[in-house]
Amino acid sequence: MAKYGSPRRGYRDVAVAVPVSIPYERYSIETAHWWIARALEKLVEGAGIESGDIDGLSIASFTLAPDTAVGLTQHFGLSPRWLDNIPMGGASGVVALRRAARAVEAGDASIVACIGGDANQVDSFRRLLSSFSRFAQDASYPYGYGGPNGSFALITDYYMRQYGVKREDFGRICIAQRENALTYPNAVMKKPLDMETYMAARPVADPIHLFDCVMPCAGAEGFMVTTPDIARDLGLAHANLLSTIERHNAFPDDPIQVRGGWAMDVDELYAVAGLGSDSIDVLETYDDYPVIVMMQFEDLGFCAKGEGAEFVRQHDLTNTGSFPHNTSGGQLSAGQAGAAGGHLGLVEAIRQITGRSLSRQVPDARTALVSGFGMINYDRGLCSGAAILQGEGA
Amino acid sequence: MSVPIERPPRKDPQRVTRPPELPPTERSRASLALSAAAARGGFSMQVCDACGAVAYPPRDACAHCLGRSLRFRPVDDGGEVLAETSVQTSPNLYFRERTPWRIGIVRLDSGPSVVAHLHGDVTVPSRIRMILRLDTGGNGVLMALPAGRESENMADDPQMRELVADPKYRRVLVTNGRTEVGQAVATALSRAGAETVFVGVAEPWKPFAGQEALAALPGIAMVPLDLTDTDSVKSLAGQIGGKTDILVNTADHARPGGLMADGAAVTMRDTFDVNVFGLQRLAQHFGAGMRARGADGTNSAVAFVDVLPVYALASTPDYALYAASAAARHSVLQALRTELLAGGVRVMSIFTGPIEDEWHQAVAPPKVQPARIAKAVVAALREGREESFVGDIAEDIAARYRDDPKVLERELRV
Repeated sequence: MAKYGSPRRGYRDVAVAVPVSIPYERYSIETAHWWIARALEKLVEGAGIESGDIDGLSIASFTLAPDTAVGLTQHFGLSPRWLDNIPMGGASGVVALRRAARAVEAGDASIVACIGGDANQVDSFRRLLSSFSRFAQDASYPYGYGGPNGSFALITDYYMRQYGVKREDFGRICIAQRENALTYPNAVMKKPLDMETYMAARPVADPIHLFDCVMPCAGAEGFMVTTPDIARDLGLAHANLLSTIERHNAFPDDPIQVRGGWAMDVDELYAVAGLGSDSIDVLETYDDYPVIVMMQFEDLGFCAKGEGAEFVRQHDLTNTGSFPHNTSGGQLSAGQAGAAGGHLGLVEAIRQITGRSLSRQVPDARTALVSGFGMINYDRGLCSGAAILQGEGA
Repeated sequence: MSVPIERPPRKDPQRVTRPPELPPTERSRASLALSAAAARGGFSMQVCDACGAVAYPPRDACAHCLGRSLRFRPVDDGGEVLAETSVQTSPNLYFRERTPWRIGIVRLDSGPSVVAHLHGDVTVPSRIRMILRLDTGGNGVLMALPAGRESENMADDPQMRELVADPKYRRVLVTNGRTEVGQAVATALSRAGAETVFVGVAEPWKPFAGQEALAALPGIAMVPLDLTDTDSVKSLAGQIGGKTDILVNTADHARPGGLMADGAAVTMRDTFDVNVFGLQRLAQHFGAGMRARGADGTNSAVAFVDVLPVYALASTPDYALYAASAAARHSVLQALRTELLAGGVRVMSIFTGPIEDEWHQAVAPPKVQPARIAKAVVAALREGREESFVGDIAEDIAARYRDDPKVLERELRV
């Protein structure tokens, strides 16, 4: 708890609706502007509104430069009365949602479109790395220039040593997600993955191997935040927002990252939602690397610290299993379209708990937890967030 | 234990020389100060003046107290390595050519956790000793070595060798074999494992003191070289420019006198012809070849070293013309450092106090013995150090220069 201030207030009148996904492409000559416009167009169609009805816009993208969300208003001919630009990568979806939710509650906006989208031209990833952050430029890239693979390899190596985790434990996560992805038509990965193939993959930065890494793509994801009244008027299936958390640069004195900001706020997350981890039907974690998935299982209260591997051994993480997780395959199998990756789990959760799933429907799914994680500024991810949503179910 | 590197075979002229690529060179201003600390040698980190916290990565405000006065100071170099990885694939061309590249996370005893290069002898987890070195892009980087004593062949670790300019198996040109300094440097480099030491001798038909002892050393080859003669420099570069991995310029024309002395203009011209134009001639005729061979295997081109008087930093009235040439020389070296950077070739300045030789007889001691300079050249190469100050006078002037150059200017008048 903070030294000053009042406890977090829950959400009363926030509806989350119209999940949109623009199928990813490995490489595309199109710009971020193009991908975001396509997602907005699909969102307008799906909501049955006109683009002028959007009075709040939230944008997350790494590849919009020199523009920000501001430039997009003129580019797209929108005149929103509320505008947000979220530079938080993998945490951007959850953060966009919680900010938009408060705007809608306060009446600052009625219909907020939250879009994460990025271009991926042949040289995009290399150029993105070179301008990512000052600490990375000064103190990470000059050391082997492995990018996020190098940083997560160090985190993974330490986590494995500390908690006796084996590569096979991470393999279970990746293999289950691939199985889920095979039921999701937009997934980039179309081939089944077995343990033998997983273990035999080429090393990228030991102990990280090929199937522990996401494939950078171009694409966009989006959703709409509004009031339940408006959602009903428009006839939109929607989920209600129950609780969210957000934390940056948590536990700065940990010599190496073994936990994210969730561990600081998780009790409040469930208390405000009025439910516990056992009520979660679907979990969508941020999965740029499997080690961070395992940390989320622990930090979000599904098991104790250090027991992530055992938890994975004991559960079936597929859509029809005992613990449905990353039900559209996550970024590991669906692909990572930049900041859209921070929206992928949220979009999938909305679909699952409103019975609009494109992937295999999780039976009786009503309550979902979505978590985000992002921005390796130097040696660790700084941004974390989570949200609990509830829908009518299938 | 490090595997000793093998003597490189004769170069296959059919093979394309690997173009020199650099590790990422962009840095914030605060990190350039880390590079400056590395250029000077020693292990320094940013320390907050207000609360004493050690900060890393270099920053503009302290993460403990928000203080903005952070200065690089020597700190404890001990630590523990917690995790490691070998990067197998990189979008950066320099590292892509050199994978696997081993890095780790180290918790320094002074506080911060840092990402560092790992020497091949470091096991994980274990105690380490951290060093600060310049990478081939000229920026300061951290490397963890095993704590405790040096093991055999440690300098042969491939990642370590990238961070220094070790003379082992390299071919060196020492520009002036006629002087005691030149002979001492050539001897030291031969003993440090250089494959060949070419020693420049002007007017080679004239015998000189020390000639026989020099010629008896392993790997020594006397070559004609007169730095005041462009054709001579050009001709030598034509013969050995493609196999000069380290160039050490020991030429030094030292004459006493002020600006108003009789014949000052002639003395000044002669002084500049050797000390400044000679350096430029070397840069012009050897520089481009070295720059192109910055990644040419075990015996790639690595360093251009100049031994110059510390009066480059501030004039001394007794040797006004000489000091002026030294200041020009210092400026030429700064420019050369930038021009050779693209090849990852280091430019090293060895600043000396008055040398114990015939041209400094009237100067009061302490004076620098030639062997001391030779030792400093080898140390600078082995540590990749950009600036070295040899002898008590040079160190004293360097300290005063860092403190306040205008005060130093006045101090040197008396």
